[in-house]
Amino acid sequence: MTNFGFKLVTSSRVNLDKFDKEKFDKLLKIEPDIRICMACGACTATCSAGKFTETSLRKAILLLQNGDEKGAVNKLIGCMLCGKCTIVCPRSINTRNLINNILKIYSK
Amino acid sequence: MNERILHDYNDFVLPFLIGFVFILTYLFIGLVRIIYHIPPEDRRKLLRSFINPRILLLNFKDITHDCLLHIKIYKRNLLLGYMHFSIAFGWFMLIIIGHIEVLLYAPKSTGWQHLYYPIFFRYFLEQSGHTTLRGAFFFFLMDFFLLMVLVGIGLAIFKRVKSLAFGMRRTTHASFADTIVLYCLWAIFPLRLLAEGFTAGISGGSFLTKPVNYIFASFLGNDLNIMPTWWAYSISLGLFFLALPFSRYMHIPTEPLLIILRNAGLKAKKIRKGFSEAEIYSCPSCGLCIDACPMNVQIKNLKLSSVYYMRFLRCHNHQKTQRIANACLMCGKCVEICPVGIDSCAIKVVERGTMNNSVQYDYNYLQDGKINLLSLLETQNSNEIKPLLEKEITQDIKIANKDFSSKNRGKVIFFAGCMTHITPIIIQSMKKIFAKAGIDYIFADANGGICCGRPLLLAGKLDAAKELIKKNTELFKESGATTLLVSCPICYKIFKEEYKLDNIVILHHTEYINKLINDNRLQVRKNDDTLVYHDPCDLGRGSNIYEEPRNILLKIGNLKKAEKEGKESICCGGSLGSLSLNRGDRVKITQKSLQALTYCKPDKVITACPLCKKTFAEQSEDIPIMDLAEIVANNLI
Repeated sequence: MTNFGFKLVTSSRVNLDKFDKEKFDKLLKIEPDIRICMACGACTATCSAGKFTETSLRKAILLLQNGDEKGAVNKLIGCMLCGKCTIVCPRSINTRNLINNILKIYSK
Repeated sequence: MNERILHDYNDFVLPFLIGFVFILTYLFIGLVRIIYHIPPEDRRKLLRSFINPRILLLNFKDITHDCLLHIKIYKRNLLLGYMHFSIAFGWFMLIIIGHIEVLLYAPKSTGWQHLYYPIFFRYFLEQSGHTTLRGAFFFFLMDFFLLMVLVGIGLAIFKRVKSLAFGMRRTTHASFADTIVLYCLWAIFPLRLLAEGFTAGISGGSFLTKPVNYIFASFLGNDLNIMPTWWAYSISLGLFFLALPFSRYMHIPTEPLLIILRNAGLKAKKIRKGFSEAEIYSCPSCGLCIDACPMNVQIKNLKLSSVYYMRFLRCHNHQKTQRIANACLMCGKCVEICPVGIDSCAIKVVERGTMNNSVQYDYNYLQDGKINLLSLLETQNSNEIKPLLEKEITQDIKIANKDFSSKNRGKVIFFAGCMTHITPIIIQSMKKIFAKAGIDYIFADANGGICCGRPLLLAGKLDAAKELIKKNTELFKESGATTLLVSCPICYKIFKEEYKLDNIVILHHTEYINKLINDNRLQVRKNDDTLVYHDPCDLGRGSNIYEEPRNILLKIGNLKKAEKEGKESICCGGSLGSLSLNRGDRVKITQKSLQALTYCKPDKVITACPLCKKTFAEQSEDIPIMDLAEIVANNLI
């Protein structure tokens, strides 16, 4: 391909048709806390794994709500379940259970 | 006493015989099943334990202590202990003495008769002439132990009505089979007394059976009630044996097996098979763990205690066992107080493994060179290290690491751990202590480290945990230090149990500070503050460190006792062991635990775990919660 000195950016459009309600309901049943996340990012700021990788629960939840399951899983597979995020979460979300179940339900 | 055998068989022994043969067959099949499901290497361990005199002696001691004398229950509550002791020991002695009697007085009995003679001996016996001293002695012993069992049964019936008198606030709900066996158990011994009493005129008796005979003969006037009572006695025994395998009383025959397997060094590796099956059947459903479980603060969570976990496992109700396994805080209190010593937490971890071990993870970032000792650590003399840090190529780092490790031989490496990083005051206090004591140390995760792996291990993600363990082990070994100092009990426990760090001594900061004070490298001043110490689960029950922190606190302030402490200390509620327990439930546990700690209105509550400190601090309104390092640092001279 000719190099024009610029390239196309991959689309960041949210396609809500990709959102799988069935899976999300399953997740909600196990860990309803996902609804109360306000995306403050405290979890990501304190994350042990986040220092070395792209691990971010905040982004994972946003991606999941936007229907990007693969992206969400990629943001969580580096997690070591150390529990720092649970302690700093101002909404008291049971983050470890949430992470574990997102990985369980969405990674195939 | 000239004994003579009056009869050699009567139909009433049939119910007993049927039940007895059934239970023997059942036990044999069960034993074969358990042995079959034990992995081969464990089977070899078991065989080796049979030729090891130390283990054999331990087996004998444990079986007499736990199955007969019930020492552990005595230590909990005298009355409860006596109830169990009198039934178990009395019954055991009745069986033993019954057999001795048969051997002495009916040496010619054949194989089948050996099965029922010791049980119904009085019926088949006729006494002619005077009682000899030996005969009277046996009559006395039999009556004595029968009385002992009867007292135990009386206490058991009383316990049904008022369990609080036995130190139990809550007991388990009995299942249908449990109820049948329970009523049989209550009926067996009074019926035996009546049956032996009615025949005491013919067979002879002692202080218990003779009076029964006189009293009943005085108003009944005939012997017609002899047969029905012997039949009733035999039926209750038969029914007892038939229902036994389906009830909680299966622990009676299984417990000795569990003790032998445990002393051989076996551990639960499958949820429902092999060693764990022995544990499941050994659970007597006594319910002591219901009162112990921190989750009991809410009625809705009562059924999350270990006794129900074992019960649901037994009836293959995996939906419920998974729920309990996910909720359990893994504080280990139920394991600590279990009179049978069932390690239900280990089974729960195995069960979590079946749910979570296959969950995806990707720790490739551990291997790509980004995480290495030099990027993470900080030493107290940073000038020495800075030039090393500036070299960025991996090859150089390796060489630098080598230089570095030889410089650090014999030093202390301090690993704060994830939890300590969110309670920075502990790190500051440790630095203050290091400075005061003049200690050369390396701060292993000053710039953020990786997790120790215990949270993953507890969540059942064993393979993932192994990767972290491998990486951390490499880092510690590379450092060249000989003492690994940890300020988090969660890390401490896994370092001690799962890491193979060869020559590195692992110390928790409570142990280390205690050592420094004892060696006079640190001096602390004493003040009048009343202090209460909270035993973190993983440090106390998990690693058996109770004395060191208390020794330090005695030198600093006025140490008071908490309502529950030591082995009985209540989890703070923040435990990483629980996966599914939500905030609301945890807060209730924290409040209860805090209430138990502050009942003597102390000035400060001291703990030795960053997670406990963080959890309590959120709920404590007026009493400050401090880490041990913190209070030591504040009181340094």
